[in-house]
Amino acid sequence: MNKILSVDDLVIKFKLRGRILTALRGVSLEIFEGETLAIVGESGSGKSVLAKSFMGLLDNNGWIDSGSILYDRKDIAKYKNEKEWLTIRGKEIAMVFQEPMTSLNPLKTIGKQVEEAVELHQGLRGNDAKNEVITILENVGISNPQSRYSQYPHEFSGGMRQRVVIAIAIACKPKILICDEPTTALDVTIQAQFIKLLKELKNKYNLTIIYITHDLGVVANIADKIAVMYAGDIVEIGKCEEVFYNGQHPYTWALLSSLPQLGIKGQPLYSIKGTPPNLFYDIKGDAFAPRNEHALKIDFVERPPYFDVSPTHKARTWLLDQRAPKLEPPQSIRLLRKEWEAK
Amino acid sequence: MDREILLEVKNLKVEFGAKKNKFTAVDGVSFHIYKGETFGLVGESGSGKTTIGRAIVRINEISDGEIIFKGKKISGKIDPQLDKEITRQIQMIFQDPIASLNERSKVDYIVSEGLYNIKNYKSEEERKQKVAKSLMDVGLLPEFASRFPHEFSGGQRQRIGVARALIMEPELIIADEPISALDVSIRAQVLNLLSELQREKGLTYLFIAHDLSVVRFITDRVAVIHKGKIVELADTQEIFKNPLHPYTKALLSSIPLPDPKRERKKKLIEYNSNIHDYSIDKPKWVEIRHGHYIFGNEIEIEKWKKGLK
Repeated sequence: MNKILSVDDLVIKFKLRGRILTALRGVSLEIFEGETLAIVGESGSGKSVLAKSFMGLLDNNGWIDSGSILYDRKDIAKYKNEKEWLTIRGKEIAMVFQEPMTSLNPLKTIGKQVEEAVELHQGLRGNDAKNEVITILENVGISNPQSRYSQYPHEFSGGMRQRVVIAIAIACKPKILICDEPTTALDVTIQAQFIKLLKELKNKYNLTIIYITHDLGVVANIADKIAVMYAGDIVEIGKCEEVFYNGQHPYTWALLSSLPQLGIKGQPLYSIKGTPPNLFYDIKGDAFAPRNEHALKIDFVERPPYFDVSPTHKARTWLLDQRAPKLEPPQSIRLLRKEWEAK
Repeated sequence: MDREILLEVKNLKVEFGAKKNKFTAVDGVSFHIYKGETFGLVGESGSGKTTIGRAIVRINEISDGEIIFKGKKISGKIDPQLDKEITRQIQMIFQDPIASLNERSKVDYIVSEGLYNIKNYKSEEERKQKVAKSLMDVGLLPEFASRFPHEFSGGQRQRIGVARALIMEPELIIADEPISALDVSIRAQVLNLLSELQREKGLTYLFIAHDLSVVRFITDRVAVIHKGKIVELADTQEIFKNPLHPYTKALLSSIPLPDPKRERKKKLIEYNSNIHDYSIDKPKWVEIRHGHYIFGNEIEIEKWKKGLK
């Protein structure tokens, strides 16, 4: 498989009310063509900032402090102006945002909004453009595309609107599709259908997908690879099965154990104590240590390096050091593991 | 021994608009909630689940049917004294803790607003005490009373929403999607808080949600609602073991499993209401097994009975 995007030691900072916040603290990542990468973490962990930096969509008070983002042998982290970014944005990398109502224009028909992207990125005009729009609408599962073409966003349900947003993204013929919490505002039934659709589109359009979410539960189906982010850092990354069944970082355990699907009725659900660290300050040691009941002494002193678990799986936790005591993961994780080993 | 019924909803119908634009949001819904239990109401957006909650607290007017709370009718025209009483005894927790707290008032006022409305305190001293106590009940510090909502994290804000309900010393709390807008890690905190409070204070919950995985974890009995009609109602365990109605099955299949192997094998069921042929054989609300109710016609009931485990 070809490497399509590679991020190396990326540091992103923001200036807020005269103070400097470090949103990403040296993130490295490789994405291969045709793969689906899920980025999972709490709000404020930097997962959206990371994705936005691939498209030059950082807010004006934010900048890439150091590191590189290689796309197609070009370092796009060096891009400065809109003209440069327009060669990437939409054409190469497109994005689907969380709230479908705010990303659609309420005054334009659905058809026109998709057509804009078709005209701009595929150079089609008139009837050709319209036909292409109808094909795309059909492909994203909108029935009766002919009549839906001239309807407005308010005439669509939440799930259908999100399909339109995806249609616009696909009309750009991108290589990478970034989905930033695409189903958070939707019902579970619609969420399940959306994920099914995304898988179909991936094959049909040969997409590489970056799926951002705070809910580890939803990515089991779609992800090939999972990156768990905490406080501006990837604390664990590996193949989907490796992260679910053989997670190593206590934060990965915590995220999994707090899912109600794994909860045992009548017992309190595992919940992560405290709040994420303040990124205005320098973080010493393992950022998760203050919230981790099993933290080691060294966790408060020195930032752990990545330890390889397998060639495709690594985690930033001192627990993987040879000298560290053996620690049993929580009960729900052990149950998951057992099931995996049984197969 | 018969359990005490706290709330009973009989044949509830709620309509919006008039004449040509009439829309029936809730259509002939009946259920009851026992004292001390958590009753779940599950359905997609637009199914009418929130409308039912709002009808119980008398925000939405009802078109037909009745709502009975502790043996007294509380729907339609009622005595102002009773109205005040219900306002205290039935409280609500809302979905979005950012939108549901007034950003311009301090926590002290937000939490006491209900007290002010029904003058449920004797002195300023007593009110302050009540605020401090309810903040402590939800795991916040009494000092927080002098702060504004924006100074809190999402989970803490939702705790303020719970404190505001608790201060009224309610018997029934209607929790309308109380965790949907929260991060997964914070959801667990709020769910645990709700169960703890129930154990300590003997609260009864009507828990409204669209996500069956949460409902499985927190409720005792659950009603599945689709387009204004309850299609299935049973003990939570029974519903998960023996889902009969195709819509319940569809909802169950849409729960994302945090287990890649099983999740990839899972078949997603999509529900289409056209599969029911109700043209001649009309559907009825039937108790198919003790405590397990379902909405279907005779042919369907026969078929479902055979599928029971």
